[in-house]
Amino acid sequence: MWQYEKKLQYPVNIKNPDARMAKVIISQLGGPDGELAASLRYLNQRFAMPYGEVKGLLTDIGTEELAHVEMISAILYQLTKDLSIDEIKASGFDTYFVDHTTGIYPVAASGAPFTVEYFQSKGDIITDLHENMASEQKARTTYDNILRLADDPDVRDPIRFLRQREIVHFQRFGEPHRTG
Amino acid sequence: MDTERALLKKIMQYDFTLKELDLYLDTHPSCSRGLAMFAKFKKLREAAAAEYNDKFGPLVPEQSKNLRSWDWVSDPWPWERS
Repeated sequence: MWQYEKKLQYPVNIKNPDARMAKVIISQLGGPDGELAASLRYLNQRFAMPYGEVKGLLTDIGTEELAHVEMISAILYQLTKDLSIDEIKASGFDTYFVDHTTGIYPVAASGAPFTVEYFQSKGDIITDLHENMASEQKARTTYDNILRLADDPDVRDPIRFLRQREIVHFQRFGEPHRTG
Repeated sequence: MDTERALLKKIMQYDFTLKELDLYLDTHPSCSRGLAMFAKFKKLREAAAAEYNDKFGPLVPEQSKNLRSWDWVSDPWPWERS
Protein backbone atom coordinates (compact mmCIF):
# COMPACT_ATOMS: atom_id res chain seq x y z
CA MET A 1 0.00 0.00 0.00
CA TRP A 2 0.97 3.65 -0.16
CA GLN A 3 1.58 6.43 2.33
CA TYR A 4 1.57 10.12 1.40
CA GLU A 5 4.31 12.50 2.59
CA LYS A 6 3.40 16.17 2.89
CA LYS A 7 6.31 17.51 0.85
CA LEU A 8 7.47 17.76 -2.76
CA GLN A 9 10.39 15.66 -3.96
CA TYR A 10 12.07 18.88 -5.15
CA PRO A 11 10.91 22.45 -4.42
CA VAL A 12 8.64 24.43 -6.75
CA ASN A 13 8.42 28.19 -6.14
CA ILE A 14 7.29 30.17 -9.17
CA LYS A 15 6.76 33.88 -8.53
CA ASN A 16 5.33 34.93 -11.93
CA PRO A 17 2.15 33.33 -13.34
CA ASP A 18 2.48 32.36 -17.01
CA ALA A 19 -0.53 30.62 -18.57
CA ARG A 20 1.26 30.10 -21.88
CA MET A 21 3.96 28.03 -20.13
CA ALA A 22 1.29 26.07 -18.24
CA LYS A 23 -0.28 25.18 -21.59
CA VAL A 24 2.88 23.36 -22.72
CA ILE A 25 4.09 21.97 -19.37
CA ILE A 26 0.70 20.28 -18.83
CA SER A 27 1.81 17.69 -21.40
CA GLN A 28 4.10 16.23 -18.73
CA LEU A 29 0.97 15.60 -16.63
CA GLY A 30 -1.52 14.24 -19.16
CA GLY A 31 0.43 13.94 -22.40
CA PRO A 32 1.83 10.93 -24.29
CA ASP A 33 5.18 10.88 -22.46
CA GLY A 34 4.00 12.40 -19.19
CA GLU A 35 4.48 11.46 -15.56
CA LEU A 36 0.98 10.01 -15.09
CA ALA A 37 1.50 7.52 -17.93
CA ALA A 38 4.94 6.69 -16.51
CA SER A 39 3.61 5.92 -13.05
CA LEU A 40 0.77 3.75 -14.37
CA ARG A 41 3.15 1.97 -16.76
CA TYR A 42 5.54 0.82 -14.02
CA LEU A 43 2.99 0.12 -11.31
CA ASN A 44 1.03 -2.10 -13.74
CA GLN A 45 4.04 -3.85 -15.25
CA ARG A 46 5.50 -4.99 -11.92
CA PHE A 47 2.96 -7.81 -11.49
CA ALA A 48 4.41 -9.65 -14.48
CA MET A 49 8.03 -9.25 -13.39
CA PRO A 50 9.74 -12.48 -12.26
CA TYR A 51 12.73 -10.93 -10.44
CA GLY A 52 12.70 -9.24 -7.03
CA GLU A 53 15.21 -6.60 -8.15
CA VAL A 54 12.94 -5.54 -11.04
CA LYS A 55 9.75 -5.75 -8.94
CA GLY A 56 11.51 -3.38 -6.54
CA LEU A 57 12.72 -1.09 -9.35
CA LEU A 58 9.24 -0.80 -10.91
CA THR A 59 7.63 -0.22 -7.51
CA ASP A 60 10.16 2.43 -6.54
CA ILE A 61 10.25 4.27 -9.89
CA GLY A 62 6.45 4.02 -10.26
CA THR A 63 6.16 5.60 -6.81
CA GLU A 64 8.68 8.34 -7.66
CA GLU A 65 6.66 9.14 -10.81
CA LEU A 66 3.64 9.88 -8.57
CA ALA A 67 5.81 12.47 -6.83
CA HIS A 68 6.61 13.90 -10.29
CA VAL A 69 2.88 14.09 -11.09
CA GLU A 70 2.60 16.18 -7.92
CA MET A 71 5.55 18.43 -8.90
CA ILE A 72 4.14 19.08 -12.40
CA SER A 73 0.74 19.81 -10.83
CA ALA A 74 2.39 22.24 -8.39
CA ILE A 75 4.11 23.99 -11.33
CA LEU A 76 0.77 24.25 -13.18
CA TYR A 77 -1.00 25.49 -10.04
CA GLN A 78 1.57 28.23 -9.47
CA LEU A 79 1.73 29.23 -13.16
CA THR A 80 -2.04 29.69 -13.33
CA LYS A 81 -2.71 31.25 -9.91
CA ASP A 82 -4.02 34.86 -9.75
CA LEU A 83 -4.34 35.32 -13.52
CA SER A 84 -6.65 38.04 -14.80
CA ILE A 85 -9.28 37.21 -17.42
CA ASP A 86 -7.37 39.40 -19.89
CA GLU A 87 -4.20 37.36 -19.30
CA ILE A 88 -6.15 34.13 -19.74
CA LYS A 89 -7.55 35.36 -23.06
CA ALA A 90 -4.24 36.73 -24.33
CA SER A 91 -2.28 33.57 -23.49
CA GLY A 92 -4.59 31.13 -25.25
CA PHE A 93 -5.29 29.42 -21.92
CA ASP A 94 -8.99 30.24 -22.45
CA THR A 95 -9.58 26.94 -24.28
CA TYR A 96 -8.55 25.04 -21.13
CA PHE A 97 -10.15 27.54 -18.76
CA VAL A 98 -13.60 27.13 -20.27
CA ASP A 99 -13.73 23.43 -19.30
CA HIS A 100 -11.57 23.27 -16.16
CA THR A 101 -11.20 26.87 -14.86
CA THR A 102 -7.73 26.59 -13.22
CA GLY A 103 -8.34 23.09 -11.85
CA ILE A 104 -5.68 20.48 -12.60
CA TYR A 105 -6.85 18.02 -15.27
CA PRO A 106 -4.55 15.69 -17.22
CA VAL A 107 -4.41 16.68 -20.88
CA ALA A 108 -1.68 16.91 -23.51
CA ALA A 109 -0.48 20.32 -24.73
CA SER A 110 -2.73 19.80 -27.76
CA GLY A 111 -5.73 19.57 -25.40
CA ALA A 112 -6.25 15.83 -25.92
CA PRO A 113 -7.33 14.27 -22.62
CA PHE A 114 -5.15 11.67 -20.92
CA THR A 115 -5.59 8.13 -22.19
CA VAL A 116 -4.07 4.79 -21.16
CA GLU A 117 -3.13 4.31 -24.82
CA TYR A 118 -0.01 6.27 -23.81
CA PHE A 119 1.55 3.19 -22.18
CA GLN A 120 1.93 -0.56 -22.51
CA SER A 121 2.10 -3.46 -20.10
CA LYS A 122 3.02 -6.42 -22.24
CA GLY A 123 3.69 -9.15 -19.66
CA ASP A 124 7.17 -9.77 -21.07
CA ILE A 125 10.21 -8.61 -19.11
CA ILE A 126 12.36 -7.79 -22.17
CA THR A 127 9.54 -5.99 -23.99
CA ASP A 128 8.47 -3.99 -20.94
CA LEU A 129 12.02 -2.93 -20.03
CA HIS A 130 12.61 -1.70 -23.58
CA GLU A 131 9.28 0.15 -23.55
CA ASN A 132 10.40 1.83 -20.34
CA MET A 133 13.81 2.85 -21.66
CA ALA A 134 12.17 4.38 -24.76
CA SER A 135 9.57 6.14 -22.58
CA GLU A 136 12.22 7.70 -20.35
CA GLN A 137 14.02 9.06 -23.44
CA LYS A 138 10.75 10.42 -24.87
CA ALA A 139 10.04 12.18 -21.58
CA ARG A 140 13.62 13.53 -21.56
CA THR A 141 13.07 14.97 -25.07
CA THR A 142 9.81 16.60 -23.92
CA TYR A 143 11.65 18.21 -21.00
CA ASP A 144 14.36 19.40 -23.42
CA ASN A 145 11.62 20.99 -25.54
CA ILE A 146 10.08 22.63 -22.46
CA LEU A 147 13.54 24.03 -21.61
CA ARG A 148 13.75 25.46 -25.16
CA LEU A 149 10.45 27.27 -24.52
CA ALA A 150 10.89 28.37 -20.87
CA ASP A 151 12.94 31.43 -19.84
CA ASP A 152 11.95 31.82 -16.17
CA PRO A 153 14.64 30.30 -13.90
CA ASP A 154 11.91 29.44 -11.33
CA VAL A 155 10.33 27.18 -13.97
CA ARG A 156 13.56 25.87 -15.49
CA ASP A 157 14.99 24.69 -12.16
CA PRO A 158 12.38 22.02 -11.26
CA ILE A 159 12.06 21.07 -14.96
CA ARG A 160 15.81 20.41 -15.09
CA PHE A 161 15.52 18.22 -12.00
CA LEU A 162 12.71 16.22 -13.64
CA ARG A 163 14.71 15.91 -16.88
CA GLN A 164 17.65 14.51 -14.93
CA ARG A 165 15.43 11.89 -13.29
CA GLU A 166 14.46 10.59 -16.77
CA ILE A 167 18.13 9.92 -17.45
CA VAL A 168 18.63 8.09 -14.15
CA HIS A 169 15.51 5.97 -14.72
CA PHE A 170 16.67 5.14 -18.27
CA GLN A 171 19.98 3.97 -16.85
CA ARG A 172 18.33 1.83 -14.12
CA PHE A 173 15.91 0.20 -16.61
CA GLY A 174 18.88 -0.80 -18.77
CA GLU A 175 20.66 -2.59 -15.95
CA PRO A 176 18.31 -5.61 -15.50
CA HIS A 177 19.36 -6.72 -19.02
CA ARG A 178 22.76 -7.73 -17.63
CA THR A 179 23.07 -11.39 -16.71
CA GLY A 180 25.11 -12.74 -13.79
CA MET B 1 5.65 -15.09 19.58
CA ASP B 2 4.02 -14.01 16.33
CA THR B 3 4.73 -15.67 13.04
CA GLU B 4 5.54 -13.44 10.08
CA ARG B 5 1.96 -13.57 8.76
CA ALA B 6 0.35 -13.03 12.18
CA LEU B 7 2.53 -10.01 12.86
CA LEU B 8 1.89 -8.57 9.40
CA LYS B 9 -1.86 -9.04 9.90
CA LYS B 10 -1.60 -7.15 13.19
CA ILE B 11 0.21 -4.25 11.44
CA MET B 12 -2.44 -4.24 8.69
CA GLN B 13 -5.18 -4.00 11.34
CA TYR B 14 -3.39 -1.13 13.13
CA ASP B 15 -2.83 0.65 9.81
CA PHE B 16 -6.47 0.33 8.86
CA THR B 17 -7.53 1.68 12.26
CA LEU B 18 -5.13 4.61 11.80
CA LYS B 19 -6.44 5.24 8.28
CA GLU B 20 -10.03 5.36 9.53
CA LEU B 21 -9.04 7.72 12.35
CA ASP B 22 -7.05 9.84 9.87
CA LEU B 23 -10.12 10.30 7.63
CA TYR B 24 -12.36 10.97 10.64
CA LEU B 25 -9.93 13.52 12.09
CA ASP B 26 -9.64 15.28 8.73
CA THR B 27 -13.24 16.40 9.22
CA HIS B 28 -13.20 16.45 13.06
CA PRO B 29 -9.76 17.97 13.78
CA SER B 30 -10.46 18.91 17.40
CA CYS B 31 -12.13 15.66 18.59
CA SER B 32 -10.11 14.77 21.70
CA ARG B 33 -11.37 11.16 21.76
CA GLY B 34 -10.32 10.67 18.15
CA LEU B 35 -6.93 12.27 18.80
CA ALA B 36 -6.34 10.02 21.83
CA MET B 37 -7.29 6.90 19.86
CA PHE B 38 -4.93 7.90 17.06
CA ALA B 39 -2.06 8.32 19.54
CA LYS B 40 -2.83 4.92 21.12
CA PHE B 41 -2.87 2.99 17.83
CA LYS B 42 0.14 4.88 16.48
CA LYS B 43 2.19 3.52 19.42
CA LEU B 44 0.94 -0.02 18.87
CA ARG B 45 1.70 0.25 15.16
CA GLU B 46 5.21 1.57 15.75
CA ALA B 47 6.07 -1.26 18.14
CA ALA B 48 4.66 -3.93 15.82
CA ALA B 49 6.42 -2.45 12.78
CA ALA B 50 9.76 -2.29 14.64
CA GLU B 51 9.39 -5.94 15.68
CA TYR B 52 8.51 -6.93 12.10
CA ASN B 53 11.49 -5.05 10.73
CA ASP B 54 13.89 -6.73 13.18
CA LYS B 55 12.61 -10.24 12.53
CA PHE B 56 11.43 -10.31 8.92
CA GLY B 57 12.84 -7.35 7.00
CA PRO B 58 11.73 -3.95 5.71
CA LEU B 59 8.18 -2.76 4.97
CA VAL B 60 9.60 0.38 3.33
CA PRO B 61 13.03 0.79 1.70
CA GLU B 62 14.18 3.18 4.45
CA GLN B 63 13.95 0.31 6.97
CA SER B 64 16.58 -1.82 5.20
CA LYS B 65 19.35 -2.52 7.73
CA ASN B 66 21.38 -5.25 6.06
CA LEU B 67 24.76 -3.76 5.09
CA ARG B 68 25.74 -6.72 2.89
CA SER B 69 22.68 -6.92 0.65
CA TRP B 70 19.69 -4.69 -0.24
CA ASP B 71 16.95 -6.85 1.27
CA TRP B 72 14.18 -4.47 0.13
CA VAL B 73 14.06 -6.45 -3.14
CA SER B 74 13.66 -9.85 -1.45
CA ASP B 75 10.72 -12.04 -2.48
CA PRO B 76 7.84 -12.48 -1.84
CA TRP B 77 5.98 -9.28 -2.81
CA PRO B 78 2.52 -8.49 -1.41
CA TRP B 79 0.59 -9.52 -4.55
CA GLU B 80 2.04 -13.03 -4.59
CA ARG B 81 0.35 -16.14 -3.15
CA SER B 82 1.78 -17.13 0.21
